Amino acid sequence: MLLNEYGEDGQILAGGQSLMPTLNMRLSNPQLLIDINHLHELNSITLDDNIVRIGALARHSELALSPIIDMYLPLIADAIPHVAHIAVRNRGTFGGSVALADPAAELPACVLALGGTVVLQSVKGIRKVKADDYFLGLYETERKPNELLIEVQIPVQDLTGLWAFVELSQRKGDYAIAGLAFIGTSEKQFIKTAKLVYFGSEIKPTLAKKTMAILINTRWDDNTRKLIAETLGRDLDPMTNLQGSAKMKLHLQKVLTNRAIDLALKREKPSR
Amino acid sequence: MSEETSEIKLTVNGDLITKIVNVRQHLVDFLRLELGLTGSHLGCEHGICGACSVWVDGLVVRGCLMLAVQADGGDVTTIEGLTETGEIADLQKNFVDRNALQCGFCTPGMLMTLAELLRKSELSSREEIREHISGNYCRCTGYHAIVDAVETTISDRLGDS
Repeated sequence: MLLNEYGEDGQILAGGQSLMPTLNMRLSNPQLLIDINHLHELNSITLDDNIVRIGALARHSELALSPIIDMYLPLIADAIPHVAHIAVRNRGTFGGSVALADPAAELPACVLALGGTVVLQSVKGIRKVKADDYFLGLYETERKPNELLIEVQIPVQDLTGLWAFVELSQRKGDYAIAGLAFIGTSEKQFIKTAKLVYFGSEIKPTLAKKTMAILINTRWDDNTRKLIAETLGRDLDPMTNLQGSAKMKLHLQKVLTNRAIDLALKREKPSR
Repeated sequence: MSEETSEIKLTVNGDLITKIVNVRQHLVDFLRLELGLTGSHLGCEHGICGACSVWVDGLVVRGCLMLAVQADGGDVTTIEGLTETGEIADLQKNFVDRNALQCGFCTPGMLMTLAELLRKSELSSREEIREHISGNYCRCTGYHAIVDAVETTISDRLGDS
């Protein structure tokens, strides 16, 4: 109701780990803060018919301790330790991270890599938006000012498949310089499918479609590594910021791609 | 600047407190300016340095990234309260013995964060200790002596139990 009335002048306060600094620094000046922390129905993590439903208010540290995340979404379990520091993870929320869509954030990249769906609610009702259509640009998403992100639904990971989450930051918990979420399938070290989502270097979590095409039905050898290094520059358009230059970020994303696929193949389950 | 106020009821270090606060005041300003609990320090005021770390409902959080009104109905513990319980008296003694502080500005935040690690009462590697305090900046002593003090505390506790 309040959101509908105030629109862009109203700001939702969830964990506050990104919004509060901007208020303290007088960088944002909303007319109204709407604290949703008492909406306890939004902090659950449940498994429902092969879909993990993560409530908007689930804290990062709750995800870290959740057996459902540990068992069914290991990509997210691997990403959480990269999210800032313990005191921030105790307060920051999953929904807040996806709603803000910070280009250096880990969880939006995971949601895109895992084919998640963002659930938005307004006075008019509930709307579901696929991650592919949700992240639009720099801090720009499909969420309208009168909508509240209430939940993210993520299909359980193919547990026979490949995954890896890798990130580089200057110090532990700092903003990512570069990073990626990798999901794929393989058979006997032969890559069948691959999904690569890059963050930190791009304005939004970005699928590297040309590079992904190269990885379909491929042996992970020196030739493939070389092809990927050549192609990634056509998929990515890194931005220069405090964390590094565009050129350095592209280089680091190439390095990380190799690391991610190496890591994922190392844990490939033996075929039956 | 909004002068709107609101009444809050909360527990601070075991005492039930009712106060009228500016809705825009964050938790650490409230603790320091309204309650005189100056052990929680305000460093960067944007969640980076960790000097303001306090516990809310048993978990360490950034005191500068939470509004005082959000602590309404909550249970807040500061370094004053934690010290009084004696829960980390051994860690504090080891900080002194190992010279794990010089100016002491970061120390209350360090201790509040480390107390959460110590509650797990399991062996932590130096790497894990460093990871746990990665969000708490020390700008003078350096981290080596701090990690030493924590390591000693953990091994003494496990040795005793």
